Amino acid sequence: MRLFGFHGGVKPESHKSQSANVPIAPLPLPARLYVPLRPNTRAVAHCVVEPGQHVLKGQRIGDAEGVLGTAVHAPTSGIIADIADYPMAHPSGLTTRCVVIEPDGDDRWIERVPFDHRAVDRQTVLNHLRDSGIVGLGGAAFPSHIKLGAGSGIETLVLNGAECEPWITCDDRLMRERAEAIVDGAGILFELIGAKRILVGIEDNKPEAIDSMRSACRATSLPIEVIAVPTIYPAGGEKQLIRVLTGIEIPHGRLGGEFGVQCFNVGTAHAVHRAIRHGEPLVSRVITITGNVERPGNFEVAIGTPIEALLAHTSPRADTDRCILGGPMMGFALPDLRVPVVKGSNCIIAASPKLFPPPPPELPCIRCGACARACPADLQPFELYWFSRSRNFGKAQEYHLFDCIECGCCAYVCPSHIPLVDYYRFAKTEIWARERESEAASQARERFEFRNERQEREKAEKAAKLAAKAAETKAKLAQQAGQEVASDASANATGDDKKALIAAALARAKQQRSTVQPKNTDNLPQAAQAEIAEIEARRQAVGTQNPDAPERASPEDEAR
Amino acid sequence: MIHSPYIRRPTSVRGIMFNVLLALTPGIAIYAWQVGAGILVNLLIASVVAVIAEAVVMRLRGRPVGVAVSDLSAVVTAWLVVLCFPPIVPWWVTMIGVLIAIVAVKHLYGGLGQNPFNPAMVAYCALIIAYPALMSQWPPAGGLDFNTQLSLILGGAREIDAITGATALDAMRTGMRAADASISAVMQHDAFGVLGGRGWEWIAVGYVAGGLYLLFRGIITWHMPVAFIIALGGIAAVFWAVSPEQFASPLFHLASGGAMLAAFFIVTDPVSGATTPRGKLIFAAGVGLLAYLIRNFGAFPEGIAFAVLLMNMCVPLIDMKTQPPVFGQKNGGMR
Repeated sequence: MRLFGFHGGVKPESHKSQSANVPIAPLPLPARLYVPLRPNTRAVAHCVVEPGQHVLKGQRIGDAEGVLGTAVHAPTSGIIADIADYPMAHPSGLTTRCVVIEPDGDDRWIERVPFDHRAVDRQTVLNHLRDSGIVGLGGAAFPSHIKLGAGSGIETLVLNGAECEPWITCDDRLMRERAEAIVDGAGILFELIGAKRILVGIEDNKPEAIDSMRSACRATSLPIEVIAVPTIYPAGGEKQLIRVLTGIEIPHGRLGGEFGVQCFNVGTAHAVHRAIRHGEPLVSRVITITGNVERPGNFEVAIGTPIEALLAHTSPRADTDRCILGGPMMGFALPDLRVPVVKGSNCIIAASPKLFPPPPPELPCIRCGACARACPADLQPFELYWFSRSRNFGKAQEYHLFDCIECGCCAYVCPSHIPLVDYYRFAKTEIWARERESEAASQARERFEFRNERQEREKAEKAAKLAAKAAETKAKLAQQAGQEVASDASANATGDDKKALIAAALARAKQQRSTVQPKNTDNLPQAAQAEIAEIEARRQAVGTQNPDAPERASPEDEAR
Repeated sequence: MIHSPYIRRPTSVRGIMFNVLLALTPGIAIYAWQVGAGILVNLLIASVVAVIAEAVVMRLRGRPVGVAVSDLSAVVTAWLVVLCFPPIVPWWVTMIGVLIAIVAVKHLYGGLGQNPFNPAMVAYCALIIAYPALMSQWPPAGGLDFNTQLSLILGGAREIDAITGATALDAMRTGMRAADASISAVMQHDAFGVLGGRGWEWIAVGYVAGGLYLLFRGIITWHMPVAFIIALGGIAAVFWAVSPEQFASPLFHLASGGAMLAAFFIVTDPVSGATTPRGKLIFAAGVGLLAYLIRNFGAFPEGIAFAVLLMNMCVPLIDMKTQPPVFGQKNGGMR
């Protein structure tokens, strides 16, 4: 099959051999599990348990809430000890609501019922996946049922087994040991999105995984093909892998579904298999623990296991100074080792100054262009650096700052040792902060304008009311006057003499006004004067010149 | 706190600069062999002056001196200044050239990475205008022994006509001024070798070897040398094809003067040149075309330095107009 390359990329030392040959082992349960009620960064789950309650393994403890929500389950059987805020696996170290479970040691499952996805309609299957807590296990933890819900027109299902970051081996092991389950899960995904073919992309530095997946594929009738892709970081980036396998480039801000291709991680396919064939919600995942530890390996870990418990199991060496969650290219140093493993955690690297030495001092950029040659997004990273550094954020956006996937290739190759990605993160967060600020400002302005408008309207309404009242009194008076005139005619009463006098005076004044009023038509030729007179007459007939007509109190269009 | 990536390729500015110096050595070795070891004296003077100037300026600017001096960028600038000057210019001409390059062109614009103009080319242009006679004394290959060269460099009496001949470009220029001149007649002058200047053409071969090394190491890309050579050779070929008795052959132009030094070491300066792939092609081609026009129709026999400075001015515009399409935007922009 013809493969497509992508621009740039780097080839860091892989370090995978440390843990790649260690089979997946279960990890003993820790004293307490901290299960976050936050399945991904954009959703929280609605808690359905109470402290003190006993739960079974796989019992739902959080309901899916919102569009991007998925359910959360108890990873083992035990007692809910607490529901409170604990630090999250995030560079900020911010806290999130967690359900704390004290395992009872039985690890007793709920009743697991296989789900026949062919017997029900599509939406029911998607709901089942949502309620089984299935999210992308590649790192972003994006809800799988949303990806599957993209609808029709998907030509190709891409299964991502590239695992391009150095050190990480969890997908490698999963493919070696559970290839049949992965392929079966892929088949379910394939049916759900109605694809025509499945392409499995695996970097060619994992020959055992490729062999294992190939033999699993031979046992099925699916149109599935396992493809060895060249080992170039970041070939495992979703858009990069799609490009390599299909030649389709998905621009920033667009989804694969719009281009007839959908991509899932091999771990996700495995989780889908468990959820459908065995009725097991997603309560554990495989994670690599490696780096500066005595016994690196791959472990099947219950979601919510504190990372310090994992580390204790692999004996970090004495000079370990921090732990990196994820790979060395895109991961982050954990601010707190008590944070729990979540569904997107794929690797923990114990780091030492020897393993990851501090970068040499930052030198000026010499515009050598090494970063541009390494950038898989075809950006000009040094230009973004200049613009970010000078806070010229508009220009940075013009040069496609937000197309940057923060893969770290540019910083990896920079001869001046500039932490380029830090500059982009800085620029992005500044731009987001400014957007939020201007949004808040425009909201405040809107509120202010609305208040002004409301006050105006109230004033107008009040005036209208007064005018109406005045008109009413006038009408009443007129009616009275009419009655009195009628009675006058018969009785010729004297009491109204005064009123008649006033009325006569008013009429005189009015007439005087109309004759005295200056007119700028006096010097016009006679023909024009005649014309004006004619128009005046017409106006008089229509009655538009009536100066006594009451003004309209408030325009209707102001009513809200 | 340090953020990802936590690993880095073992690469450094110093490594790049060291490789550029290394790539210059074949050309310099042939230079010393063909023309005389005087060039080495001037290289030494220039290197010392450059490092001292760099240190003093960094000190005055309140920046770390050690880092700047050890990155070897000042030495690269110094060597390029010397290699485009005649090898027997007095020491103070070399010194002024290096000071202009380092202090005025590099640091007054903000130091490493900030200069919009090529330092060595500004130094050459400034000095050929200030000291046109000294800057035109090119010894013929093998024409002067080392002692004479040394005394000239250190300020000995100069009997200009006796010691220097014309360069091939000079000879071509003055020769073609005669009313009945023709290329074939002019090329009888003993300044000419097989292709360009006698002896000098071999130095050009040395530069090409060094340039290929830089290409192989990925320090320069193919765009600039290829565009420069095609542009200079191409325009020379057009004129030569129209009137071979009036205009020298493309090969002559490529082998003479500083063409090969420029192709691999001058136009490829990343700081003052264009950076996008298409921009590099435009930039280097512009230098080649302008250099030819200045050589043939301008006031100076060698036009590369002026051509480079003129194109340096166009770099911001070239870069802005040649931004490559980003990932997902290659088919005419889908957004």
